[in-house]
Amino acid sequence: MTTDVRPMFDTDELVINMGPQHPSTHGVLRVVLRLDGERVVGSDVVIGYLHRGIEKLCESRDWTQIVLLTDRMDYVAAATNNIGYCQTVEKLMSIEVPRRARYVRTIMAELQRIASHCLWLGTHAMDIGAMTVFLYAFRERELILDLFEEYCGARLTYNSMRIGGLPLDLPPGWDRKVLGFCDVMEQKLVEYEELLTNNRIWLERTKGIGVIPAEEAVAIGLSGPPLRGSGVQRDIRKDEPYAAYDEMRFEVPIGKACDTYDRYLVRLEEFRQSVRIIRQAVEGLPEGPIVGKVPRLIKPPAGETYHAIESPKGELGYFIAADGKSTAPYRFRVRPPSFCNLQALPRLIQGHLVADVVALIGSIDVVLGEVDR
Amino acid sequence: MADVITFYTLAALILIFGLLVVTTRNTVHSVLFLVADFLAVAMLYASMNSLFVAAIQVLVYAGGIVVLYLFVVMLVNLKRPPEEVRDPARQTGLGGVLAGVVLAELALIAVANALDPPATDAASSTAGLTEQVGLALYTDYLIPFEVASVLLLVAMVGAIVLARREL
Amino acid sequence: MMVDQVVIPALKILIVLNAVLVGVTFMVLLERKVIAWTQARLGPMRVGPYGVLQPIADVVKLMTKEDITPVKADRWVFSVAPLIALIPALIVFAVIPFGPEVSLFGRQVALYITDLNVGLLYVVSVASIGVYGIILAGWASNSKFPLLASLRASAQLISYEVAVTMTLVSMIVSAGTLSMVGIVNAQESQQVWYLFVQPLAFFIFFVGGLAETNRAPFDMPEAEQELTGGFHTEYSGMRFALFFLAEYANMIVVSAVATTLFLGGWLRPFPNVAALSFLDLVPAWCWFLAKTFVFLYIFLWVRATLPRYRYDQLMRLGWKVLIPLAIANVVVSGLVKVLL
Repeated sequence: MTTDVRPMFDTDELVINMGPQHPSTHGVLRVVLRLDGERVVGSDVVIGYLHRGIEKLCESRDWTQIVLLTDRMDYVAAATNNIGYCQTVEKLMSIEVPRRARYVRTIMAELQRIASHCLWLGTHAMDIGAMTVFLYAFRERELILDLFEEYCGARLTYNSMRIGGLPLDLPPGWDRKVLGFCDVMEQKLVEYEELLTNNRIWLERTKGIGVIPAEEAVAIGLSGPPLRGSGVQRDIRKDEPYAAYDEMRFEVPIGKACDTYDRYLVRLEEFRQSVRIIRQAVEGLPEGPIVGKVPRLIKPPAGETYHAIESPKGELGYFIAADGKSTAPYRFRVRPPSFCNLQALPRLIQGHLVADVVALIGSIDVVLGEVDR
Repeated sequence: MADVITFYTLAALILIFGLLVVTTRNTVHSVLFLVADFLAVAMLYASMNSLFVAAIQVLVYAGGIVVLYLFVVMLVNLKRPPEEVRDPARQTGLGGVLAGVVLAELALIAVANALDPPATDAASSTAGLTEQVGLALYTDYLIPFEVASVLLLVAMVGAIVLARREL
Repeated sequence: MMVDQVVIPALKILIVLNAVLVGVTFMVLLERKVIAWTQARLGPMRVGPYGVLQPIADVVKLMTKEDITPVKADRWVFSVAPLIALIPALIVFAVIPFGPEVSLFGRQVALYITDLNVGLLYVVSVASIGVYGIILAGWASNSKFPLLASLRASAQLISYEVAVTMTLVSMIVSAGTLSMVGIVNAQESQQVWYLFVQPLAFFIFFVGGLAETNRAPFDMPEAEQELTGGFHTEYSGMRFALFFLAEYANMIVVSAVATTLFLGGWLRPFPNVAALSFLDLVPAWCWFLAKTFVFLYIFLWVRATLPRYRYDQLMRLGWKVLIPLAIANVVVSGLVKVLL
């Protein structure tokens, strides 16, 4: 993904710069499009406008401080980032997390999945011109933000996990509110589907757009809903369960047609499965401690580990190396799903029209905070 | 009197715009003057009570055909210098002959009109109305009308053949 | 003589123009409100009670904004383009019949500016000029996104004008006249709204109307999510406002023409049911305005509900569906007219 903007010798090609200030690039993504009429004949994705050097920064912060830096990557699902990081450190230090904390983490992760998918659905629909869905989806996302605000006081960057468990126990009555939210969410999903799923214009805009067959999706390194939309049964929650997913009953939806519409259907079904998981987790929420046995000074033994979780956007992996001496990681590296999924963009938009480019950026569901870090 | 003033004003406008069309260097401006020219012609028709013809003039020429012109002018790079004229004398001669023919034709019409002034009866005040135009097209001028449509068909087929050679 | 030929027409023009311009500003407020209600929001609430004075604030803001002309723009065309877009949208109102002749202060006054013998053709031809504003704005800005938008606009106009004009042909077959007043009178004498005579023509006209006014789901030339702002990206201040005025004035034109052609103009609902004659107590022009309002509301409703078509899909819809349907409709209308 280098900047390869060739001079325009061929006058039949029009080079246009989509972003970094463009309403549909979801942040500061820049796509240099070479157009023949309105058809994309070539494209270069330029990233890095939001690079803050989080990975390097983490190597000079101590292990607890890093939790709040991870918030700033996928800020749409901050708690998921926290969970991924804490679990990696727990793996490194072999800390046993109490069952209650694992259940709460599952609830949080699924709430974040719904919040992230709400944002995706709203912006994706807005990019294709259905602006009402955007506000409907944000209305429900607001309810999730309220729940998080009640839990940890923040609405966007939560800093809501600790190595070994949770910083706080749930506020009283919170579980009932979550169940209430589940009921609301199920009703509202019907509303979204009424506006989009069988809408002829929506079908025409998404069916057959950005088809990527399963082998190619795997080869490019897609993960999460874009991979499952191509029909690959791969979900870390099922394949390598973490938190309390091994105790939950849920299904992993996959698509058949490998196009934008199937990726849309997969995510919509994930809404339902998330609601289902949250219900089970809240109803089966065990009593007990919320933090495991954590030493006062966190200093993992020398070694390295890679741990991945299923974030709303795909495989979110942390590679952490500790030298066993300092109170900061020796090497800190993130495998952000948005970044890896974004690699498929030039392949997806090749040969499509400008209007499809925005639909496809939306279909991948990137968060630039995570792409650039 | 008012009619005469209107006529000459519009005629002058048509000429001025026509000159601007061929003299302006910027092709898009040139196309714009062409639109203005067509609108002035339409007004001329309207001033002669031929509302139908005026409306069609605007609809077909100003609103339809010139949009396509503009399309082409905007898309094709016309900044390139025009190809060198190989034989300027021949083109001047051809232009002179054509101008002479048009002048002679106009003179003939003027003379004929002066000798035998056309009748200005009640029929002419409604000559531009829809029914009259329709009747004239499908009775007196049926053959020219059909020939014109065949001509357009040929042009259409030609355009398709040119655009898609590998049919 | 003087009063009938000069004063009354001048007054009528003044009233219609002002009504249209004020109507447009409030149309913007209505749009924001209707869409806000659809989307579970409140819309403008700050200026005046329930935001009713918002249009005034908007106009003041737009007039006091800096008017920017890009350095590389074609200055002459750049400044003329907004006018070319607006003027046709306003002069169409010359032939819109708001009501029949009424007696006012002892004088017979017709509630329309003029009744052209070729009124319908006038509407179509003047409307076809409006697209120049969009094309030229895109070209003169000398910027890539507006240029793409203006190319889309020209393609869209050419496709949909054909279908809309074809439906008008079948309306002429039904009414036997091109005059706007004549068409309403024909609906009165035939005792039926043409909506029920020509439902297919109505549908094509409405879809084509959405496309010709660049409204959702056919708002390709100004598709914000794809082309940032569309053809008016480089415009600011009052020149931008002129485009805005033109767009909304065009919406009102399409609604008014649709009302005249298909909903019986100023006629009351069900002109054929004598039992409803008490509805005649409402002045005729009120019926006209009410029907036009219904159309405008549908415009907003559609915008709040539907996603946007893609440019090539729009072309396909225009050429492969609407135009064949419109031509078939003309043929069928002609056959019915001849055989019955």
